[in-house]
Amino acid sequence: MSTALPTAAELADRLAQGSVTASQLVAQCLDTIRQRDGGLNVFLSVEDRDAALQEAQAVDSRRGSEPAGLLAGLPVAIKDNICHAGRKTTCASQMLAEYVPPYDASVVRKLRDAGAVIVGRTNLDEFAMGGSTENSHFGPTRNPWNPDHVPGGSSGGAAAAVAAEMVPLSLGSDTGGSIRQPAALCGVTGLKPTYGRVSRYGLVAFASSLDQIGPITRDARDAALLLQAIAGHDEHDSTSADVPVPDYLAAIEQPLAGLKIGVLREQLSGDIDPEVKAAIEAALATLEAQGATLVDVPLPHSKYAVATYYVISASEASSNLARYDGAHYGYRTDERAMRETLRQEEAELKAAGKEAAVAQLDSPLVRMYRLSRSEGFGTEVQRRIMLGTYALSAGYYDAYYRKALQVRRLIRQDYDAAFAQVDLLVGPVTASTAFKIGEKCEDPLSMYLVDLFTVGANLAGIPAMSVPCGFSSDGLPIGLHLQAPAFEEARLLRVGHQYQQVTDWHTRRPAS
Amino acid sequence: MITRDDVLKVSLLARLQLDDEQLDLMADQLARIVQYVDQLAEVDTTGVEPMAHPFELTNVFRDDQLQPSLPREQAVGSAPRTDGECFLVPAVLGE
Repeated sequence: MSTALPTAAELADRLAQGSVTASQLVAQCLDTIRQRDGGLNVFLSVEDRDAALQEAQAVDSRRGSEPAGLLAGLPVAIKDNICHAGRKTTCASQMLAEYVPPYDASVVRKLRDAGAVIVGRTNLDEFAMGGSTENSHFGPTRNPWNPDHVPGGSSGGAAAAVAAEMVPLSLGSDTGGSIRQPAALCGVTGLKPTYGRVSRYGLVAFASSLDQIGPITRDARDAALLLQAIAGHDEHDSTSADVPVPDYLAAIEQPLAGLKIGVLREQLSGDIDPEVKAAIEAALATLEAQGATLVDVPLPHSKYAVATYYVISASEASSNLARYDGAHYGYRTDERAMRETLRQEEAELKAAGKEAAVAQLDSPLVRMYRLSRSEGFGTEVQRRIMLGTYALSAGYYDAYYRKALQVRRLIRQDYDAAFAQVDLLVGPVTASTAFKIGEKCEDPLSMYLVDLFTVGANLAGIPAMSVPCGFSSDGLPIGLHLQAPAFEEARLLRVGHQYQQVTDWHTRRPAS
Repeated sequence: MITRDDVLKVSLLARLQLDDEQLDLMADQLARIVQYVDQLAEVDTTGVEPMAHPFELTNVFRDDQLQPSLPREQAVGSAPRTDGECFLVPAVLGE
């Protein structure tokens, strides 16, 4: 077997033919992880080798005697905010650095049921808040195409794992672009399904009206394969949709003739890297040559998408992350030191005659909450909790939170109007290629603006995908952004797959 | 305009503990973010129903039947302090 890792679909064929075994495949992935992870910091934890090989052997021995699952024998990595029973699931946070969930996320159960072998858990921005995987308590992940650059985020580890050929398949999560943006910056394919398409039971919540789990893979066919295995209603997630799951692998074979594509021209005329723009224009020409018709389509409220997104996502995050209280699970501050500090503060205030301030002092319980959270959460997570708490607080709720929910509806209506005219929307995933590590760390707002083109799909709840469509002159990947109406993942996968039949961007791999 | 005092007040609501330096930095950064977000004010949203969720959800019901739940030792098993039955926290009403 060569060191290059074929696509999951090819591997599935070879596994079925018996020219490779799951054990060999898992061993190869674990070897590649061992060789390359030191330089890239992709994995936060890797499965015990013997246990993973044992699981692979079990898949191998079942083959032939019972129908093989859709992913039988395929190694998969999962983002470390997806609960995996008995393994540390850290969310790249000090808060959960030692947390071991007592149950599996539904997608983990579905992966297992399909015969996949989970080989490890990948790095992310803490609690999936960020666009660069630099906000990890365990250090940044590096872009396999150029280790001085970020892999994007928050699913930076998931995208880098596929780009670096450590695994053929991985799962990420996308709240504002966290699957599509790292997929674009790492030159792999990433799909954010429709809100509700994939169960989120066991996904650590960030912003519950936006979060969605989805595949990061080499190409659209592999994304179809992985989505097929994880999509569908789940009684454990009341927001999961009870909508039939189509045959994605069949749907992707349909050619593009007759497809009407809406071009997001505004996204190509603003502040965008000329090389990115040229790559998107070339991809549009390719799609047109394949039989699609192109028409420019506006999304008039899209310039408000980032502001809307940050109010809503931070508000939901401030509520969701209230559960980290230092009491039920996760990090707790040193109680003895906390009590000593409180005593000192009280003594100082009394000595200064500030009796009113003494009455205002935190109780030990409140101080325990505050210190546990401020020591356990990183800076970006605290910033978003603060922003969300502010936006939800008395006097500001109407001006920020309620206002953002209203603009959200206008954004959704823009999409509805666009999809009344066209089948699909196409534009760039990001305005530039992967930036350098550290470049945007000092300016949170500049990092937020990276999400400009991706947050709309989350606000509207629609599916969207990133497909490799070129490289910059300095060798960094560029992603094509496809957006479709709710529950039309098949359309995205079809366009991605057909495009990949006539282009080879998705086949290129970074030097190892 | 968000002030340092606002940030101090919000930090208590959010159950976060920021030192003086962090308060200054947070006030500065939040002020810039809030200033950016303030552009939402220019959108005419008269009569627009707020959209809290991508799809209009209805309540999801199930039969009220007893189902297995997490065993107690697992439920408290991840707690920083526990007596095996309960979560232990600093006294709420004095020592």
